[in-house]
Amino acid sequence: MTSGIDLQVSFIKTLTDMGLPQGAAKALWIPLPMTLMVIGAVVGVLVTVWLERKVSAAAQQRIGPEYAGPLGVLQPVADGVKLVFKEDMVPAKADLWLFTLGPILVVVPVILSFLIIPFGQNMVVTDLNVGIFIWISLASIAPIGLLMAGYASNNKYSLLGGLRAAAQSISYEIPLAFAVLAIAMMSNSLSTIDIVEQQAGYGILGWNVWRQPVGFLIFWIAALAECERLPFDLPEAEEELVAGYQTEYAGMRFALFYLGSYINLVLSSLIFAVLYLGGWEFPIPLSQFSDWLGVSQDTSWLQVLTASLGIIMTILKAYFLVFIAVLLRWTVPRVRIDQLLNLGWKFLLPVALVNLLLTAALKLAFPFAFGG
Amino acid sequence: MNKCYDCVSVQPVEQEKQVFHLVGYEYFLGFLIIAGAVPVLALAASKLLRPRTGGPERRTTYESGMEPIGGAWIQFNIRYYMFALVFVVFDVETVFLYPWAVAFNQLGLLAFIEALIFIAILVVALVYAWRKGALEWS
Repeated sequence: MTSGIDLQVSFIKTLTDMGLPQGAAKALWIPLPMTLMVIGAVVGVLVTVWLERKVSAAAQQRIGPEYAGPLGVLQPVADGVKLVFKEDMVPAKADLWLFTLGPILVVVPVILSFLIIPFGQNMVVTDLNVGIFIWISLASIAPIGLLMAGYASNNKYSLLGGLRAAAQSISYEIPLAFAVLAIAMMSNSLSTIDIVEQQAGYGILGWNVWRQPVGFLIFWIAALAECERLPFDLPEAEEELVAGYQTEYAGMRFALFYLGSYINLVLSSLIFAVLYLGGWEFPIPLSQFSDWLGVSQDTSWLQVLTASLGIIMTILKAYFLVFIAVLLRWTVPRVRIDQLLNLGWKFLLPVALVNLLLTAALKLAFPFAFGG
Repeated sequence: MNKCYDCVSVQPVEQEKQVFHLVGYEYFLGFLIIAGAVPVLALAASKLLRPRTGGPERRTTYESGMEPIGGAWIQFNIRYYMFALVFVVFDVETVFLYPWAVAFNQLGLLAFIEALIFIAILVVALVYAWRKGALEWS
């Protein structure tokens, strides 16, 4: 295993060579990957919105956005700018503070979760040893924001939508946590880097999808429910609840909800790619290529190539999942609230428990195949 | 080049031993500030740019075009609390199971049996909640 390129070390080294003390160099480094990650997340949302509109249009044999930029790629930017200039509306009877705090509490944890998304061996903001657990715990903050928004609006639709949204997210968080638990067990670690490295070495055959066929389905269903995507977009079921907890929201506060839900979709897809689809790994092990070309894995151009390929692979895998989510939106009808909760509590939860115990039993029986 | 590569990376390892629990969390704090700045900046930008119009009629609560009848801050159905209660039980369970799962390769068969008993107790709780109708919506 080569360590790959480490931008942090080279960046700090360049600055210390120029005469800066190490602490100052590190302080200069810290905000860089984070800012890049936040910008990346926002651009990711713009791409997702465009993709969703284009794929939806194709599914309904329409053309979709086409005037703003080539193929309408600038349409989401135009939408965003429009939302900035929109008039602000707060209902007279609403609680202003909670009304503002709601969307903030929804959007901050999802952005914060990008802390642990790896794009390569050293391409992560920080490799915390609790890794994926940070995501699980941050994901449980969002329901509070939803409840807050629903309650603060002082609107019956909003209240019901907020309560439904909270009930839905907490119901699907447990199967999600159990599916992640099975992965953590196979990797003997919660760190996202370790989880990907544990899948490395055999190309596509080493990915967790094959070892967790049930787990990945549970994860996908639960992740869709957490993102409030169809078929689980009950909190905003427009025939019943107008727009759910978003009913009274307009302008920038609405934009924050919108941003939050799309970032959440991108984030879930990225985490899915990391947990089940080998993260930055190429479908064919890259060491075979270097053997075949007869160059050492330490060659600098090969390392740069591997690192860029890693970033591209992660993003490709994630956007493949986003594409699947958009297609599902136009193929599956919305479920009813009682069906939704039954699916979560009476089907996914027992299945996830069995999946976890089965993984543990298989790990005892075949330690090599299940991560030692 | 390789030598200096090492001498830079050695120091963080030593730090890691001293503040074992909090290594890497300075990034968390930094990211929290940056992530928190996103909604604040967005709201501030919109506050500067948006038009200010609208009278009291525009600020009435939406209720499908009718005059709103009463407020929404009233008692609501207890079933929402039931789900929240069952959730707390299982969420705490997952928190207990995370260290078990991560250390499972060193624990062996005994830990498996222990977790089996632990989960069995919670399955009893789930079955109880199920039979009592706490998981029913209607």
